[in-house]
This record gives sequence, structure tokens and C-alpha cells, in this order.
Amino acid sequence: MSTLTLTPNIDGADDFYADLLATHDGLSNADSGALNARLVLILANHIGERKILTEALKAAALK
Amino acid sequence: MNKIFEVPLYPYEHSPDQDELTPVRRKVVVIGAGPIGLGAAIEMAQQGIEVVILDENDKVSFGSRAICFAKRPLEILDRLGCGHEMVEKGVEWDVGKVFFGDRQVYEFNLQPEDGHEFPAFINLQQYFLEEYLINRVRELQATGAPIEIRGRNKVSAIGTHPSHVTLEVETPEGPYNLEADWLIACDGANSPTRSMLGLDFVGRVFEDNFLIADVIMEADFPTERWFWFDPPFNRGQSALLHKQPDNVWRIDLQLGWDIDKEREKRPENVIPRLREMLGDEVEFELEWVSIYTFQCRRMENFRHGRVLFAGDAAHQVSPFGARGANSGLQDTDNLGWKLGLVINGQASESLLDSYNFERIHGADENILNSTRSTDFITPKSDMSRLLRDAVLDLSEHFEFARPLVNSGRLSVPCTYDGSDLNSADALNGPADTRPGSSCPDAPLDDGFLLPKLGGKFTLLTINTDAPDQIEVDGIEVTRLALNTGTDPNSPLKQRYLGDATSAVYLIRPDQHVAARRPTYDENLFHAAVRRATGKE
Ligand SMILES: Cc1cc2nc3c(=O)[nH]c(=O)nc-3n(C[C@H](O)[C@H](O)[C@H](O)COP(=O)(O)OP(=O)(O)OC[C@H]3O[C@@H](n4cnc5c(N)ncnc54)[C@H](O)[C@@H]3O)c2cc1C
Repeated sequence: MSTLTLTPNIDGADDFYADLLATHDGLSNADSGALNARLVLILANHIGERKILTEALKAAALK
Repeated sequence: MNKIFEVPLYPYEHSPDQDELTPVRRKVVVIGAGPIGLGAAIEMAQQGIEVVILDENDKVSFGSRAICFAKRPLEILDRLGCGHEMVEKGVEWDVGKVFFGDRQVYEFNLQPEDGHEFPAFINLQQYFLEEYLINRVRELQATGAPIEIRGRNKVSAIGTHPSHVTLEVETPEGPYNLEADWLIACDGANSPTRSMLGLDFVGRVFEDNFLIADVIMEADFPTERWFWFDPPFNRGQSALLHKQPDNVWRIDLQLGWDIDKEREKRPENVIPRLREMLGDEVEFELEWVSIYTFQCRRMENFRHGRVLFAGDAAHQVSPFGARGANSGLQDTDNLGWKLGLVINGQASESLLDSYNFERIHGADENILNSTRSTDFITPKSDMSRLLRDAVLDLSEHFEFARPLVNSGRLSVPCTYDGSDLNSADALNGPADTRPGSSCPDAPLDDGFLLPKLGGKFTLLTINTDAPDQIEVDGIEVTRLALNTGTDPNSPLKQRYLGDATSAVYLIRPDQHVAARRPTYDENLFHAAVRRATGKE
């Protein structure tokens, strides 16, 4: 069984980050919030494995 | 024409018990002639046990209330003698549509699994169910079964004793006293029995109100379940449209917390809302309107000595997922055979503690599910609304998000994992038929499996041998011998054998699995019967 990756894993990290910001360009706070929520759900579904999702929820809570 | 719920179906009649100077002692008294009380009483009467139902009213449920009945309760009602009537009158549906704002986001088709006698669910007004149950009471009476229903008999005081329960009952002709060996309290969510005994009922109130309306209309809306999140005609709230028989449609409109209930209920306020929802051209008539606040809560214990609580008196859920009446019928299904064995001296009173354990397990599962649905339908914080809306927006475009949409998860029977009545699983078989599970139905050469199982202990053998009858401490267990034949895909094989080549199941009178092994073993199955009756 795999575990949550918390070491660098994104090819071209700067490009990804710029894409993320660009996707939010020109959006109101509310629309950005909605976009983030959709993104979280899409990524969560891609991961699928409940154990990893649980680890990710914990990691995000910074606890 | 009078509606069925306006006709007294069990009008007050003078009972000779009212004339006795010393209170008459009855074996079982049931308080409440709602669906659960009636179900409990029929169950006892079918076992030949004397039972008296008391209800302060004399009519069936006013308005439709419960409308959605799932397969398991239909199977239970079949054993009580009303399952087929329900299905004949009820509306079956498979297609649901989900709307968000002013658009449809997706449509689903709940294709039911083949090989079951009863459909996955039907829609039918609660008053029909109650009417069928009352007809069944009359039918039992006609065959001499010891069952009585007393309308306008209001229980006003209860005394509990180690050997019996005393009741004070008010009638139009004045009060009388009655005693019962056992009391089953099915007196609804506001259970006076609970209050009279000073018992708790804790849980969560949802700070929301729902307008529930039954409208009669000759509209050609399809037989589908339509659920709206944030529709134009009810901004920021939800709405549901669902078909019932006789051109009656159920409409639920969420109203929010700060409202004037009396005002909202008036036809002059209800009708414009409905008109906005249904469109100007649709002709409709209001049959029934009510406003509800929903709660999810249960009693700490469903058994208090000789008083047993069932149905809404014991637990209450929000209606999303149709779990109220559905789970209440599973209570009485669980309780009936156990109380029967105790009354007949074939099991000790402690068997009734397993009713408490098993049905609390069921209630907690229902409360969890209906709480989750309610949280999705009525988000409690900005973030939960944001996520909810994200799910809905995604569901329009991507299939993955649709299972996250929660407008009610339909009631499925609970598995009594961890119950003391289960023997350890000794078969490498399907998980869905592990000990504690309710038996899934399966087609046989001559009908269906479940009707062959009900009401008694059964030894189900598949592709293997066992005695035709065993007796353990006076409890008879009858064998049902089946073979799977050559079809590798037969539902019986898939549901009861899986990878195993043979199996012996010990099945309880409520059609839950108590034990299973690949072959028969006298010692082990005798022990399993003792265990399933609270003796090991
Ligand atoms: C809007 C709505 C929609 C619902 N939809 C569904 C659904 O789709 N599916 C589902 O399964 N469930 C649904 N339910 C829940 C369902 O209606 C209840 O769970 C069900 O009626 C409970 O039955 P009961 O017999 O426990 O209690 P009740 O039906 O409440 O019956 C209690 C009885 O006790 C009697 N009584 C009370 N006090 C006394 C007394 N002191 N003396 C004598 N008699 C007394 C009352 O007169 C009454 O007849 C819904 C409920 C509501 C409100």
C-alpha cells in the first residue's frame, strides 16, 4: 500500500504554480473559493485511496 | 368523498375489560396503532400470542407522512400479510433527476438488482400501509387470532413492576386500568410512555423547517424523483417532487429556520410557492400540508424491564433516506420472535437485551446516514455550502462527483455485526451473507427464497446434507434443502456460496443469518441455536 507523498513530486514545480495562479486570474474571492473546492474534489477522486486521503487531510490541517 | 384518513377505521367500542374491578392482565399490550405498533401486534398475533393495541386516535395517519418503502420492510410486511398489496398499489420508480439552480445537473437510473421478489423501493402513502395493516388485524381476528385494537383508548399513566406493567387508560366512557406482562411502546416521536417513565431522548435538532405538501394533480410529470438544490422558486433552499399513487404528488420545500410556521402553512401562502414550482398551467389541489423540523435522536436504551420501545418512540431520523417507518418495521421484526420465545418460556428475558443491542446498532446507522444527507441538503457553514455547491457543479460535467451528491441514501437493512447472537463465520462465503446479515432474496425453481424462511428458525442447506428437523431446548429448526444446480451465475450461488461449494446456514425467524459453515455439524449447530437464543 502506498503512502502520501510529502516530498517534492511535481515536474516543473514553478510552472505548475504559475498555472494554478493563472487559473484564478480575474476571479472574485467567491469564484476562486469555488474553484479551489472543485479542484480539491477532482484531485481527491484521482487519488481515490481512502488511507492517503486521510493522511492528506491530516497533513493539510498542519497538526 | 371522504379520504381514507378521515374515516374512523377502529372506532371506540366498549371492552369488557373496562367493567372488571380488578384490572385484567394481558400478555402483550402495544401502545400506538401507527405502522410500527400495528406491525408489532400482527407479529405477536401470528405467533398465537395475545395482544391488545391501544391508540388514542381511531384513524390512520393524517396526511401521507412516510411515502418511500424499501425492499426489506416490504419483505417484512409480506410476512405480516401485506407486502403484495403494498407493491400492487405503490408506485415503482427508477429514474431520478437532480437540479441545481435553474438547470438539471444529472439524471440517474437506479436499476434494481434482479432476482428479488420485491422491488428496491416503492412510493405509497403511509395511510395505505396503515389501512392494509388494520385490514390484516381484522383478517386475523376473523380466524380467531387473539388480537384486539381499541380506538380512543389513551394511555395516561404507566407503572412498571418486575413481573408486569400497569396502565391507566382514558376512554370516552371514562378511565379503566389494565395490566400487561409486556408492553411495547410504539407511541411515536413524542412518546408519552417515554415521558411517563422519565426517559431521555437525546440527539440533534436541525435548525430548519420543511413544508411538506401532498398535491393532487393530473399532470404528466414522469414517475421520477426530482430533487432541486437552490431552485429559482425556492432560492438558497431545496425542493423535492415525488409521485405517489392516485395522482398524489409529494412536495417538500425547505423553508429555513426563521419563519412563521402558521403563516407559511396557510393555503394562500403555500399555493403561490407551488405554482411557481409547478408552472402556471398545472391544475392542482392541496390534499395535506404540514411544516416539520427534523431531528436525529434516539433513546439510550430501547428496553426498560418489561417495557420495549420501537419505531419513532425509540429513535427519530430526518426523512431524507426514508428511514423512519422502514427502520421501525425492522425493530418489530427483530423484537417479535424474541419476545415470543421469552413468553413461551423457550428463552430467558436476557434475550431481549439483544433487541436493544441490535436495534441500537440499526438506529445509529440510520441516524448517521440521515444526518449526512441533511448536512448535504442544508449546509451548516459557508465552507460546507461551498463544497456542496462544488460537488453539484462538478456533477453536471463529471461522473465521479455524482456519488457525492447526497439527497438521501435509501434505507438498506443493517447487519448485526458484533451481536452476541452470531456464531463466528466459518464459511469462505460472500460478505453480504455473513452472520448478522439479513438474508438477501433469491429466485428458486418454485418461487422465491424469503417466503420459505420467515417466522421460524431454518437450517438452509445448499448442496449438502443435514437432518430435516432438529430440536434444541424446545426450539424447532426446520431444514430447507436447496441445490444450486449447474448455473454458475445463479443468484442463490452468488449470494450464499461465493467461492464455497456447499453451505449450511442457521437462519433466525427474522431472516437474519445466525451461523454458517460449509457442512452440518450437530454440536456446532446446536450451539449456534443456543447462542442465537441468548443461551451461550
Ligand atoms: C414528512 C415525513 C415524511 C416521512 N417520510 C418517510 C418515508 O418516506 N419513509 C419512511 O420509512 N418513513 C418516513 N417518515 C417517518 C414515518 O412517518 C415514521 O417513522 C412512522 O410514522 C413511525 O411510526 P410509529 O408507528 O413509530 O409512530 P406513529 O406513526 O407516530 O404512531 C404513533 C401512534 O401512537 C398513538 N399514541 C400516541 N400517544 C398515545 C397515548 N398516550 N395513548 C395511546 N396512543 C397513543 C398515536 O395516536 C399514533 O397513532 C416520514 C415522516 C414525516 C413526518
